[in-house]
Amino acid sequence: MDFDLKRLGFTLLGLLIVLNWGMLMSAIMRKVGARVARRYGIPWYQPWIDLVKNYALRSQITHGIMFYLGPVFRISGGVGLFLFMPMIIGSELWMNYSFQGDLVLLMYFQFFGMLGMALGAGEGGHPNSAIGISRGLSQFTVIEVPMTLAIISLAIQYDTLSLVDIVKAQQGGFQNWTVWTNPVATIAGMLALLGALSHSPFNLVKAPNEIPIGPPTEYHGAFLGVLRTNAAILHVVEAALFMNLFFGGATNWFEFILKTFLIYFWSVFVGVVFPRFRIEQSVAWFLKIPLVFGILAIILYM
Amino acid sequence: MSEEKNINKFENPDYAKREVTGPDGEVFIVDPIKDYFSDERPQVYLPNSIPVVEKFLNWARAESLWVLGFGTGCGSIEIPPLMTPRFDAFRFGVQSRPTPRQSNVFIISGYLAVKTLKRVIRSYEQMPNPKYVLALGSCTINGGMYFDSYNTINRLDQYMPVDVYVAGCMPRPEALLAGFNKLKELIKDGKGEKANEYAENFDWYKANQKKIIKDWNMPDYNW
Repeated sequence: MDFDLKRLGFTLLGLLIVLNWGMLMSAIMRKVGARVARRYGIPWYQPWIDLVKNYALRSQITHGIMFYLGPVFRISGGVGLFLFMPMIIGSELWMNYSFQGDLVLLMYFQFFGMLGMALGAGEGGHPNSAIGISRGLSQFTVIEVPMTLAIISLAIQYDTLSLVDIVKAQQGGFQNWTVWTNPVATIAGMLALLGALSHSPFNLVKAPNEIPIGPPTEYHGAFLGVLRTNAAILHVVEAALFMNLFFGGATNWFEFILKTFLIYFWSVFVGVVFPRFRIEQSVAWFLKIPLVFGILAIILYM
Repeated sequence: MSEEKNINKFENPDYAKREVTGPDGEVFIVDPIKDYFSDERPQVYLPNSIPVVEKFLNWARAESLWVLGFGTGCGSIEIPPLMTPRFDAFRFGVQSRPTPRQSNVFIISGYLAVKTLKRVIRSYEQMPNPKYVLALGSCTINGGMYFDSYNTINRLDQYMPVDVYVAGCMPRPEALLAGFNKLKELIKDGKGEKANEYAENFDWYKANQKKIIKDWNMPDYNW
């Protein structure tokens, strides 16, 4: 593979766009939540101020090497997912490095940040971190099952594991999108997405008001800034993955922003309607409804 | 002798100094307070040397006040209406955080029992450096209606530096919002350096705290 400076530049520019869009999107969604609760809510630029403030805190303490590496692993999970994600289909420059990796790699990056965070937060030593980690890992394990089944169903349908090929097969009109050609896998995937974006009812990992903030209890200052940066990137990239898998990808930035917004809004919409599940309810739910759809999707396309 | 027993009654046995025999017969001396906790003193962190940068950072700090969710007295009942639709403090960048590591503002909401003071000091010292204290109600100024109580402190600023006082018994959420706006003005003017003041006068504050907290079984500074 030869080194291409232009491609690298566009990838970094794309990362910047995705980061800022993620921040704006999280602010919009918090405003949506506030309006549902009949509040005015935060200003739309609040996430940027919070980020600057967090990076500008003067004193920081550490609990050890893994405590440092936890946020680093987390952000490499988010950025790694971004690097191998095709952003704009048909554009040579906005495809990132998606030709070098396939869906299995993307699935791995989804889990990678979580594991790194578990190690780092574990060294923080706070009991709430440990509870949050055990909840997070058990929930993510059951999310992976229907999500993987949906992706395997797509792999059988399109006869490839390359995300680029799957998106390219969906071009040429909305009737070619996977949501119409394989609705059962789409249902399984979109239900699994609710857990992956960890809004209510599946927000028991961080569970504000319950186990104060879960894994990042001990994280502060720049550590927390890195985690928040990653959260902004990850939300957009996660939505982009599902856009590419089920909703035909995007051919320009306007389409990208509209589709990621709607996919993210799906989890927020469910979140403001339903209250939080307990961990055993959440695990049981994922092993009931989305798993059944996932298995059906496999059987139908076998 | 009797005094020593009294002190021991309060001490956590897990924190007691003791001898431990290792698997190969080696004898260690374990002193958990020293071994588990850092005995460093707090540092003074100077503001950024470039005035424009410091002004920008102070603006960000003022517009993003994260409040520690720790209610100390009857005033904590004023916090829920502050965050909910009636007063909606989120509009002003005020958000609540459940852990001291991530918060910048400590609201001492009303009277402070000696038992609570110990926890307040622990939490206050764990907050990262630019940190602010907002004292709510007359109990924190001169003891208020608890001025002659056997178990509450009268003046909060003997034990930790206070940025803004909100007088009243109880102050309504509007008064608290006015207090937040005053705190923002102070931070933007570069006067929110009370954490450094605490580090500079550490010995004086510590002596005052130890005078009133009899069962002192924690390190001098809680990192």
